[in-house]
Amino acid sequence: MLTPDIFQPGQNVRVKLDWPETRGACHIRTPHYLRGQRGVVERHLGAFPNPEALAFARKAETLNLYHVRFAQSQFWGEGQTGDAVVVELYESWLEAV
Amino acid sequence: MSILHAESEHLLNAVLGLLERKGIVRPEEITERIASTDQASPARGAAMVARAWTDAGFRARMLADGTMAAEEMGIPMRGLPPLGVLENTKQTHHLVVCTLCSCYPRAVLGYPPFWFKSAAYRARAVRDPRGLLTEWGTSLPEAMQLRVVDSTADYRWMVLPMRPDGTEGWSDEQLAALVREGDMIGVTIPGVGANKS
Repeated sequence: MLTPDIFQPGQNVRVKLDWPETRGACHIRTPHYLRGQRGVVERHLGAFPNPEALAFARKAETLNLYHVRFAQSQFWGEGQTGDAVVVELYESWLEAV
Repeated sequence: MSILHAESEHLLNAVLGLLERKGIVRPEEITERIASTDQASPARGAAMVARAWTDAGFRARMLADGTMAAEEMGIPMRGLPPLGVLENTKQTHHLVVCTLCSCYPRAVLGYPPFWFKSAAYRARAVRDPRGLLTEWGTSLPEAMQLRVVDSTADYRWMVLPMRPDGTEGWSDEQLAALVREGDMIGVTIPGVGANKS
C-alpha cells in the first residue's frame, strides 16, 4: 500500500538519526554520512518496494523516493560553498523540520 | 560442505536450477540479460548524448525520462531500474558516485570502470569532489556549481555533458566519438582534442 506523497519540492527535511545496524542484520540504502543531516527536497522520483525489506525476502511496502539536496560542505566542513550533494532517499528515512 | 566453501560453478548451477524450478526466472531470460549486459558499452550512452546535442526534442525527452529515451535508441531497458539523466550547463556540473556500492547505468555505459567501485573514489567524490576532479584534469570555474549525485537507491544516473565548442555542423557519429565513459560519469568533460581514456 502506497502512502501519500507528503514531501514537497523545496521542503526542509532531516534524515533520521538512526542506526538500524546496531539492532541486528539489515540492508540500508541511507549512507552513514547523511544520518541526522538537514537537506531540501528537490523532487519526488517515484515509488518503489522498500529495498531494505526486499533484501531479506520480506514483504516490502511501496515507499516514496525523493531526491534530496544537501550542502556539500555541511558533512565534513570542507569543500566549496554552493556545491551540493544530491541523494535518493526513501520517505521512511525523512522527517519534516 | 558449507556454502562458503562450495565451488563457485556448482553453487551457480544450483542457484540457477532453483530459480528455474521455483518459477522465478526462466533460463532464456538469464541468457538474454547476460547477452544484453555484455553488449552494453559507453558507445550506447555516447550515441544518446550526441543525439541530444543535435535533436532538441530528443534532448527534452531524455531529460524527462532516460529509460524511454534509451528505448527509443533501441537499447533494451526492460526490467532495469529507471535511468535518470543529469544535464550539465554553464552553471552546473554533475558528478555521479555510488557511495554504498557500485550502482551504475550498465544498460547505457556497460560494466563500471574499476575505479568507480574503489573505496577511494566513493569516499572522495562526496568529501573532496573538486580535488578529485582536479586529479582527473577537470577544473571547474569557481562560479560553477558542482552537484554530486550519490546513487543510493532505485535510479541509475548518467550525465549529459555540454556540447564542446568547435563542433558546429558535426554529424551524430562524429559527436558520439568525442564522448567518453568519464564524461558521462562527470569526472571529465568532452572537448575537441581531449585525450581518449
